Amino acid sequence: MFVFLLRRLLSSLLVLFFAVSLTFLLTRSLPGGPFDKEKAGSAKVQEALLVKYQLNGTLWQQYVAYMRDLVRMDLRVSFKYRDWSVAEILAQKMPASLKLGGMAFLIASTLGVLLGGLAAMRRDSVMDWAAMFVAILAISIPSFITGPFLVAIFALWLRWLPVGGWGGLSHLVLPAICLSAPYVAYVARLMRNSLLDVMKSDFLRTAKAKGLTETQALTRHAMKVAILPVVTYLGPLAAHLLTGSMIVESVFNLSGAGSIFVNAIQNRDAFLLCGAVVIYCSLLIFFNFIVDLFYSILDKRIRLYA
Amino acid sequence: MPEAPKSLNRPDGWAIVQRNRPAMISLVFLIAIVLIAFTVPFFLPASLKGTSSDAFLPPLTKGLETPVLHLCGTDKNGQDLFYRLLTGAQVSLGVGIVGACISLVIGTLYGMMSGYFGGKVDAVMMRAVDMLYAVPRILFIMIFIAAFDSGFKDWLDAARLWAQQAEWHDLESTARYLIPYSKILVMILSLGLVEWLTMARIIRGQVLVLRELTFVTAARAMGQGGVGILRKHLLPNLSSIILTYLTLTIPAVILDESFLSFLGLGIDDPAASWGSLLKDGAQVINPIESKWWLLAFPAVLMSLSLLALNFLGDGLRDAFDPKSAD
Repeated sequence: MFVFLLRRLLSSLLVLFFAVSLTFLLTRSLPGGPFDKEKAGSAKVQEALLVKYQLNGTLWQQYVAYMRDLVRMDLRVSFKYRDWSVAEILAQKMPASLKLGGMAFLIASTLGVLLGGLAAMRRDSVMDWAAMFVAILAISIPSFITGPFLVAIFALWLRWLPVGGWGGLSHLVLPAICLSAPYVAYVARLMRNSLLDVMKSDFLRTAKAKGLTETQALTRHAMKVAILPVVTYLGPLAAHLLTGSMIVESVFNLSGAGSIFVNAIQNRDAFLLCGAVVIYCSLLIFFNFIVDLFYSILDKRIRLYA
Repeated sequence: MPEAPKSLNRPDGWAIVQRNRPAMISLVFLIAIVLIAFTVPFFLPASLKGTSSDAFLPPLTKGLETPVLHLCGTDKNGQDLFYRLLTGAQVSLGVGIVGACISLVIGTLYGMMSGYFGGKVDAVMMRAVDMLYAVPRILFIMIFIAAFDSGFKDWLDAARLWAQQAEWHDLESTARYLIPYSKILVMILSLGLVEWLTMARIIRGQVLVLRELTFVTAARAMGQGGVGILRKHLLPNLSSIILTYLTLTIPAVILDESFLSFLGLGIDDPAASWGSLLKDGAQVINPIESKWWLLAFPAVLMSLSLLALNFLGDGLRDAFDPKSAD
């Protein structure tokens, strides 16, 4: 168990290191510098700015210096928003994304598993057919179409919910539905196919042969195994949803972390971008670790050593 | 994870697809959309194709400046929405198809090499794919776009100036015509370079299964080299799976493109794509004076096309790859 955890941690750190290195090197080698839009055009001022933000020297020297700071948990300051450190910007933007993403994750996982499970249990029924049709619909229609339509119906026409902005729980409902819709569909399809596979297996026939009803066999035996692929998918999904979505934020006028990625690239703000990547990868690693733990609980054949 | 070897003599996949009614309807629909998008614009009157003073006309009204029927209404610049929808379809479908083909070539080559050589090579190559999965995709796409965009435009501009000086009018006008569209070419390249990861994984899994089969051993015993085996024996057996995942990659690329255009980072005026049309439509939505057609028509057309592509892709996958249905 301990050896497994250690190995897992080391390989995760390698992924994190790789992702940050790639981001830093690519962003710094893009055409256009962070201070090109400055009014003070004199060469001396530009030089001083570069020195101040530790961007002087060769790309390799900048990279090594940045990595050294990163090991000391220093994410540096943003080039663009001068009075802010990267950590402060992230701390300000993340809570909104965490709330919205957390709610979307809850909807996607519970509703997806429920719909997929029901569809598999009533295979080839109207219920199954309808659920899978709605699922493919939800996958095909992008969130920037569902977003304005939800707003038009529930906010402008029925006036049940606010149009956008940040406030109480009611402000979260539409963005969370909009964000989670395609993932409800993915999870439902995954759950349905996985449960159908398990229902064909021998151990389920044995369970029924010893006198369990269909429902008992499903809830006591089949569910535990069938949910494994879904759990694998939910790990990365959680990291993805919690770091925000630029589209949903722009449609509903929210200030979250999703816009950080896009804006930081536009502004060539390498430190802010790397900070966002660090957060994303850390969440990814954390949730993949949770997935491993779930696996060992759900499937007794899997032991945590590798 | 290597799959168990499966029998190659399954019932004929095409027969299964043909019995799948949603997939066949989708196929017909897609062929119709492609034909209409690439032919009808040529037959529309020239007065429809530019801007005019008839802004925000509702559908099925005649223009005041030029008396032509606007089938789907006009936008804020008085451009005919029907024409823009069709040219937008050209761009969206074109970016989707060509971008998916680029990712298919990269993914197939990568997956075949990884699967065929196996062992340490495979481990390293798949580790690299895992790591690339860990970086958000949007980040790569944007970095590629930023890297190619200015360079490509400058290059076209340089070609135009050079042609102007050399009095080579054909090249000059070609370059001048292409400059506003350079973004489209850049988008195709960037999306193609990013979307190949899933394809590489699927192909690798298939090659791992196929290379253990006796016909490969026989080919090797007859002195066939690695490249020859990959090209002559493995590629034909992979073709249906490649086609299946191509059909599923096209909607993914179209979605990525429209996503970027919706944010204003992709296709700009005068070119249009479904994403940029939706952006324009979403900007004018308000409860007082509803300009619903600017949002509804692109939304319906795009949703139906993506739906059809997904139905067709699912149908192909059920027929040719029953194991890996997700």
